[in-house]
Amino acid sequence: MTTPSAIDAAPDRAARISAVTRRFGRGARWQPLEYLFWCLPVAAYFLFPGNYLLLSQIAITSLFALSLDLIFGYAGIISLGHAAFFGVGAYTVGLLGVRGVGDPLLGLALAALLAAVLGFLSSFLLLRGSELARLMVTLGVALMLYELANKFSDVTGGVDGIPGIEVKPVLGLFEFDLFGRVGYLYSVLVLFALFWLARRLVHSPFGQSLRGIRMNAERMPALGVPINRRLVAIYTVGAAYAGVAGALLAQTNQFVSLAVLSFENSADLLLILILGGTGRLYGGLIGAIVFIVAKHVLSDINPQYWHFWLGLALVLLVMFARGGILGTAAQWLESRRQRAQQAARAP
Amino acid sequence: MTIVFDGIAFGMLLFLISVGLSVTLGLMNFVNLAHGVFAMVGGYVCVILLNDQGVPFLATIPFAVMVPALLGVVLERLLYRRLYEASALDQVLFSLGLVFIAVATAHYFFGARQQPLQLPAFLSGQFHLPGLDVGIYRLFLVVAGLLVALLLQWAVVRTAFGARLRAAVDNQRTARGLGIDVNRVFMLTFALGSGLAGLGGALGVEILGMDPEFPVKYLVYFLIVVTVGGTGNILGSLYAALLLGVADVAGKYYVPQIGAFIIYAIMVVILIYRPQGLFGRAHH
Repeated sequence: MTTPSAIDAAPDRAARISAVTRRFGRGARWQPLEYLFWCLPVAAYFLFPGNYLLLSQIAITSLFALSLDLIFGYAGIISLGHAAFFGVGAYTVGLLGVRGVGDPLLGLALAALLAAVLGFLSSFLLLRGSELARLMVTLGVALMLYELANKFSDVTGGVDGIPGIEVKPVLGLFEFDLFGRVGYLYSVLVLFALFWLARRLVHSPFGQSLRGIRMNAERMPALGVPINRRLVAIYTVGAAYAGVAGALLAQTNQFVSLAVLSFENSADLLLILILGGTGRLYGGLIGAIVFIVAKHVLSDINPQYWHFWLGLALVLLVMFARGGILGTAAQWLESRRQRAQQAARAP
Repeated sequence: MTIVFDGIAFGMLLFLISVGLSVTLGLMNFVNLAHGVFAMVGGYVCVILLNDQGVPFLATIPFAVMVPALLGVVLERLLYRRLYEASALDQVLFSLGLVFIAVATAHYFFGARQQPLQLPAFLSGQFHLPGLDVGIYRLFLVVAGLLVALLLQWAVVRTAFGARLRAAVDNQRTARGLGIDVNRVFMLTFALGSGLAGLGGALGVEILGMDPEFPVKYLVYFLIVVTVGGTGNILGSLYAALLLGVADVAGKYYVPQIGAFIIYAIMVVILIYRPQGLFGRAHH
């Protein structure tokens, strides 16, 4: 009885392998849907001219979520303290601005550098231990920074934050205006540039090895991949991305508050990424759009109870749509494709 | 000395609330960030009965245990049970969602203010020993905490139920094969943990306060107790809670400039050297 099933299985398996290799090749090339997606920020610029501040918040949160996706979605490092790097970036710009160094791009670079240094140092704390220990260590690092920023109020302004950060025009040409028009374009361009870079990164052999580590950490050393070095590297990159996001927020708002380092910031971010779907780059972006628009709309109705709906959405998400928006959509497409195949195969 | 004593009393409270989390997290492998919600329910039951119905403080305690325990049973049956096999991340998100819902609900019904609590006369006040001021209520907390710790340790190690629980955790399939109703054991354990959280919440109103943000505010403390103590280890949780309580009170007293920084730093250092916690068994 085993022979017929073995014969059946063989072409199935070959088909599956070729499908996988095809998908790898396809993944690296830009898809039509992706072009379409990047038309969104352009369309939004013309459609919602009164909402540039909200739009740039979406762009910045997208970048922040993208940074978490790099370390969590691709390398599988779960973090409840990603706000630490966001906060470092924001405070870098804030402190530079107070001292009169207001060049935006220089600010971004320094924010990325400092956040990367912190990410590099703290990544070594994450190489050991279970998921729970990682959760607690990332949370602990962020909380420590929060406490420091809170207590060294002569430097950071404590609870009051740093208001009125001076930001010079971008490239000396485009001055940040009151309506956030330049701020929005600037944020979107930075987001796009870093997204493009991240996309190159995850489709490179380096990115593939990260995925391998997430899927099977025991097998990767046998393939000659130094796991720890890879994890340190991606954690550092993720931290730098988060630092840039924080710096963007500080520059477009010209204000830094303690909230950038808070637990809520880390937790919300994790929710955004999960909501959109992990390990797909676009998940964080779509999650950010949905989350911030929903927050905006629901807070307008009643600011206090917006968290109720958020909580409900989370519970339902975990119960019924594990992969987030993109994951669920992909599953649905896949099952439809399979059904179509079966229908075609049936006489 | 007074600081040490206050720290111990604070630690006992943390222990009472966290031990339930230690059980669900360590024995049932469920990362339940919503554990503070049960403590909050217990706290609110206590203050509402006391202030609105005029029930004496000690008489509210059984209700403060029963209501969260029942809530625990309902939630376990309806929701938690489906996620025992899920990843830690799913559990984190799910329980975080519950926290948000609970915080908003508490806001809706009770408002954002701190709930006042008037302790009965025989539990308030303090007496003086040489070099030590003993708050009577804090002494009461210490005694209650020790009693609960001993009872729990005895229940898990010595009773048939404890044996069934440990068997169910070590190997679910074999336990089922031996005729142990694993679902029932888990449900009862969950109820016990929630009830204890309610007890801690009610006893803690005087010291920790009670407002809708309670589950978020103290979440980190509960998690620290459990991770540092080693999950699923009752005495470990007790030691960790005491350590944390004393460190927190002493840190805030001697070096208020850096506040809670100390306990976070201690936690991170401990977890780096012993990821399974101070008293935890290594993962097998």
